[in-house]
Amino acid sequence: MTRSKLILAALAGLVIAGSASAAGGAKHPHGPEGGFPFEGPFGRFEDESVQRGYQVYREVCASCHSMKLMHYRNLGEPGGPFYDPEYPNANDNPLVKAFAAQDEILSSQPNDVGDYEYRPARPSDPFKSPYPNDAAARAANGGALPPDLSVITKARHGGADYIYDLMLGYPDPGEISDDGEIEFREDYHGTLTQAPGQYYNPYMEGDTIPAWEGDPRHAPPGGFLAMAPQLMDGRVTYMDGTEATKEQMAYDVAQFLAWAGEPKQTNRKSAGLAVMAYLLIFAGLLWFSYKRIWRNVSH
Amino acid sequence: MSGHESTYEPKTGFEKWLDTRLPLPRLVHDSFVDFPTPKNLNYWYTFGGILSIFLVIQIVTGIVLAMHYTADVDHAFASVERIMRDVPYGWLLRYVHANGASFFFLAVYVHMFRGLYYGSYKAPREVLWILGCIIFLLMVATAFLGYMLPWGQMSLHGANVIVNLFGAIPLVGEGIKTWLLGGPSIGNATLQRFFSLHYLLPFVIAGVVILHVWALHVPGNNNPTGVEVKDTRKDTVPFHPYYTVKDGFAIVVFLLIFAAFVFYMPNVLGHADNYVEADPLVTPAHIVPEWYLLPFYAILRAITFDIGPIDAKLLGVIAMFAAIAVLFVVPWLDTSRVKSMRYRPVARQFFFGFVAACLLLGWVGASNPDDPIIPLGSDKLVVEYSDENGLAAARTFEVYDEAAAFRDGLGEEAGASMAVQKAPAFTFLHLGQILTLYYFAYFLVILPLLGLRERPDEEPDSIHKSVLAREPSAGTPIAQPAE
Ligand code: HEC
Ligand code: HEM
Repeated sequence: MTRSKLILAALAGLVIAGSASAAGGAKHPHGPEGGFPFEGPFGRFEDESVQRGYQVYREVCASCHSMKLMHYRNLGEPGGPFYDPEYPNANDNPLVKAFAAQDEILSSQPNDVGDYEYRPARPSDPFKSPYPNDAAARAANGGALPPDLSVITKARHGGADYIYDLMLGYPDPGEISDDGEIEFREDYHGTLTQAPGQYYNPYMEGDTIPAWEGDPRHAPPGGFLAMAPQLMDGRVTYMDGTEATKEQMAYDVAQFLAWAGEPKQTNRKSAGLAVMAYLLIFAGLLWFSYKRIWRNVSH
Repeated sequence: MSGHESTYEPKTGFEKWLDTRLPLPRLVHDSFVDFPTPKNLNYWYTFGGILSIFLVIQIVTGIVLAMHYTADVDHAFASVERIMRDVPYGWLLRYVHANGASFFFLAVYVHMFRGLYYGSYKAPREVLWILGCIIFLLMVATAFLGYMLPWGQMSLHGANVIVNLFGAIPLVGEGIKTWLLGGPSIGNATLQRFFSLHYLLPFVIAGVVILHVWALHVPGNNNPTGVEVKDTRKDTVPFHPYYTVKDGFAIVVFLLIFAAFVFYMPNVLGHADNYVEADPLVTPAHIVPEWYLLPFYAILRAITFDIGPIDAKLLGVIAMFAAIAVLFVVPWLDTSRVKSMRYRPVARQFFFGFVAACLLLGWVGASNPDDPIIPLGSDKLVVEYSDENGLAAARTFEVYDEAAAFRDGLGEEAGASMAVQKAPAFTFLHLGQILTLYYFAYFLVILPLLGLRERPDEEPDSIHKSVLAREPSAGTPIAQPAE
């Protein structure tokens, strides 16, 4: 059928032409070299890294970003970074209790005289939010709302890779002049100007053309966001003694957010293995039954 | 088949008692055990069984999800996440239901293409075909309603785009829109009625499926030759165990692929924006429906021109609904005597073209209509300014440095600015328009004319003879997976 082959070839050519010219926009995130350990059907979270990532979240990101869908107890549940088989009920896990107790939250239940008062959090409470509401969050961040990070890895193309690259993608402070100008000399030629409170990042969705002094047909990829670069070497002091380079922190916090976005990911993959094996054997049995039942019928 | 004598023999006393009161076991026996089925059905014919399984999967997972879901704009998003986090195996329920919808559509599209290829819609199966089209329409409605429930950004803004289409209908449009939404815009009332209807429609589908199977069992199955059963003994085998085992094998293989998605890539068929909670004030950059509705979305957006008094928006809506409506009348558009395209070499080429057009329409639906596929020339730079008389003027450049020098050479008062002038290109919109044209031409021009003019190959005398011809060494059965 040469004609269908011709049609197919034409279609393939069209698709390639289309995908080539659709380039542009933000830079495609690639994530850390060697990838994350939780990728692929057999991938699992690296608990130590998720633990460190929680520390980065607590000490850096939590001052602006809420994680409303997370509870302290999640940290100690099976699949969680601080799970301890000695405490099957995460509410009893002393580490989890200690993490919770460090945060003061406004109780959701009134006390005996009907007032709402501050108290240390318990494992069953949701993570403490930095702001009482979105308006307060906006007011404190120059009008931009720091998004809730509970499901951020599912809410962005590229997931954890995107978080990793976004955190590390900002230009070096040395490349930015006092007026917020960034000089481009290699792949792009021209100057990009950051408005006050706005930071250029090649991985952020957006449009650089309005701020670009140079050929608008070859403006740098990415866009601007209201979050300043957060990770500098040594920003946190890891409890486990790991050296806190910015790459290390980005890797850890991205993995922590990937876990938080789907705490049941490990259960999902191990259940998947059993289901796939079962279906495969079942399919094999049915295939041989089929062969046997039809053996005397030409069809 | 209706002409076929019942072979059911009640064995126990209870069965005899029931047989004279409500002969349900007899119905099941005659429909699914001893039902004479052509012996040459290939794997394309297993998708009906696959569809039945997926209907059950969707209903069962859906009912359990509904036990934990909260249809309230303030809680819906979090309640879905809570199902995935705190309900035992909730993540499984939700991923099976979400991916199940995709696989349901995948199966129904294969099932429908199968029908178009083998001419399964022709007499005496027109009613069967129309019932299938009704099922498809109900499936689209159910999926659209269900996509609203997680209350993500795509849920809200996707629904908004579609409901706004009704606003294009003259006179009554706005009224219909308000009536559908339960208010001037999408809100809590909308979410609650969408939930209620999303729960209802699958049971309507189940009812129509019963009619569909009934309408199948009166004329009996069509088959890849399109030649009707002539001799039940030679041409058919009993449904059980021959097709229970073959369908069963196909179902399990299909479930295997389905499981790979559910367990290893549960979110690839969805859209990341739907994990951002709905916010009416923030519109996503690209609003796209789920993949299985993309071809219809592409047809909707292909119409960008008015015809007479009818404006483009309304025409787009009409075209989109017509794309489904035309399926209902296919039995009367196809004028060929020959059912199966196996014996219609010319029609077959147009059919493969039609399948390719549908796939490409999906690609167009996912893309930005103005993006170039094949650029014709390169983008230029335009410097716009006011000349010495204060009139608007513009100059076009190829090279940036020249354009910049010219702009900077103009005085302050010229108010010069530079912009990109896109090169003319063959865009997704153009491709979408060509494909839309082919989509309708296939049904309205090609099928009616070709049937009258083409010279089909010779059909076999019977199913039995065609099997012998394809398989000279009869006795060693070789499965024929596909054409
Ligand atoms: C000083 C406050 C602040 C801190 C600390 C902070 N962020 Fe942000 N972040 C913001 C603001 C504000 C935005 C919204 C930016 C915008 O939309 O322009 C934001 C946006 C984001 C986004 C979304 C980008 C997108 O694609 O829309 C991510 C992801 C993110 N922050 C991650 C982090 C992580 C991880 C940390 C901790 C390492 C962190 N942030 C620390 C203020 C902060
Ligand atoms: C919920 C969706 C559906 C279910 C559960 C379903 C189920 C079935 C089953 C069990 C069969 C018999 C097995 C087979 O031939 O594959 C069948 C046959 C058929 N279906 Fe469907 N169906 C569905 C949707 C549709 C749709 C949307 C159409 C077309 C518009 C359609 C058209 C047909 C036709 C024409 C046949 C007869 C096929 C033949 O014998 O050649 N069905 N269906």
